[in-house]
Amino acid sequence: MAKRSIIPFGPQHPVLPEPIHLDLVLEDEVVVEAIPNIGFVHRGLEKLVETRDFKQYVYVAERVCGICSFGHGLGYCESVEHVMHIDVPKRARYLRTLWMELSRIHSHLLWLGLLADALGFEALFMQSWRLREKVLDIFDNTTGGRIIFSVNQIGGVLKDIDASMLKEIDTILYDMETDLKPIMDTFLEDMLVNSRLRGLGVLSKEQAYLAGAVGPMARASGIDYDSRETGYAAYADLNFGPITATEGDCYARCKVRLAEILQSFEILHELISKIPGGDINVPVKGNPNGECFIRIEQPRGEAIYYTKGNGTKYLDRFRLRTPTTSNIPPMLDLLKGCQLGDVPLLILTIDPCISCTER
Amino acid sequence: MSDRILKIEKGDLLQMAVQKKMDGWRLAQICAVTIDQAYEMSYTFVKDKDMETLRIHLQPKEPIISLTQIYPCAFLQENEAAELFGVLIENITMDYKHKLYRIDVKAPFGPKEDASWQNEA
Repeated sequence: MAKRSIIPFGPQHPVLPEPIHLDLVLEDEVVVEAIPNIGFVHRGLEKLVETRDFKQYVYVAERVCGICSFGHGLGYCESVEHVMHIDVPKRARYLRTLWMELSRIHSHLLWLGLLADALGFEALFMQSWRLREKVLDIFDNTTGGRIIFSVNQIGGVLKDIDASMLKEIDTILYDMETDLKPIMDTFLEDMLVNSRLRGLGVLSKEQAYLAGAVGPMARASGIDYDSRETGYAAYADLNFGPITATEGDCYARCKVRLAEILQSFEILHELISKIPGGDINVPVKGNPNGECFIRIEQPRGEAIYYTKGNGTKYLDRFRLRTPTTSNIPPMLDLLKGCQLGDVPLLILTIDPCISCTER
Repeated sequence: MSDRILKIEKGDLLQMAVQKKMDGWRLAQICAVTIDQAYEMSYTFVKDKDMETLRIHLQPKEPIISLTQIYPCAFLQENEAAELFGVLIENITMDYKHKLYRIDVKAPFGPKEDASWQNEA
């Protein structure tokens, strides 16, 4: 008869970039149940909306998470603008989309580096992060910040990018595509990487849907859904579609993220060729009065932003449902039946962001 | 693409959630809001590009049944609403009993009378 035991995993663990604790119930080396425990970095940021001017809160929203910083600022601004019926200038919407797609590339490259590190492939880790640095340099050159750059504001953006800089970004992106090719080949074709990822942590399409998976995790299981198709920012003007895979394993999750980086390059080239001139923001008059839910496709998946205003400068409520909140339940499904040694890799492939989740 | 909020009675929630699940809707989020001394619970469902929110008004101390029997993935967000707002949610399949977050104050986002609850420590 198998011996049953419980192993505490996390919140501090070499493979975990952020703190989540799991009680792993094992039968010999096989996980039969995983009980999650979060709450180590809860900061009560949603509550701050009641004591900060709705324009000031953009800076709080951006600090929900370091990796998705720009996206959270965008989601908050879009939701307030929706409530206030603000027509954001087209150029501002294109600039937001540009920074959002660069954020997606930077997030996926960061994840690829962490994956390589978890596999013990140090050179691949360093190459992935070397490439990511180029995106951070673009952020630095266009906004003055590398991680949290505070260019969103209600009614548009704070900074413009001139034509010569856009051309330079376009050139850098082409160079990055060339640099990504060998990294991509290694992730997808290297025997050691393949042997570690293929067939591991399979999540069927039905399981993913019922458990509420979102983002690359859902798309790697064949769910054809990408909330960018709802058309916020400038996405309605751009040609793209959800990238999916059918295998549903760790390899598929890696493959989808790599393909999404290439897709972001294409979106950015199209965007730079189409970006219109004009203003980058409009003056905002009055205070938000009303409510709305909107969806934004963060690098980790769909995030939902809820804003409720009461006609004063302080909002009644701001709510953020992050992608990781939705991806933890399917992760628990993945862990059931896996080997103890595979747990770190399975957790990593959902690309968890606990800082976002706890807010 | 549709995006609407439907106000429903508390007693209709389970039945409507079952219907949503049978129709292929995914539970996307659960949101609690404190309004004066009461609560508003919003359950948002997504199917392709459509999004629909079911809205329930609750009095303080008025219990509501958990959706985890229908959508097991609701457990994190229901625990959060219970712990931060003090919403009484019954029969959550994985109930953390107000231990999801490591916070000193009970129901810090809840009605003011709840926010003044003192930490036993």
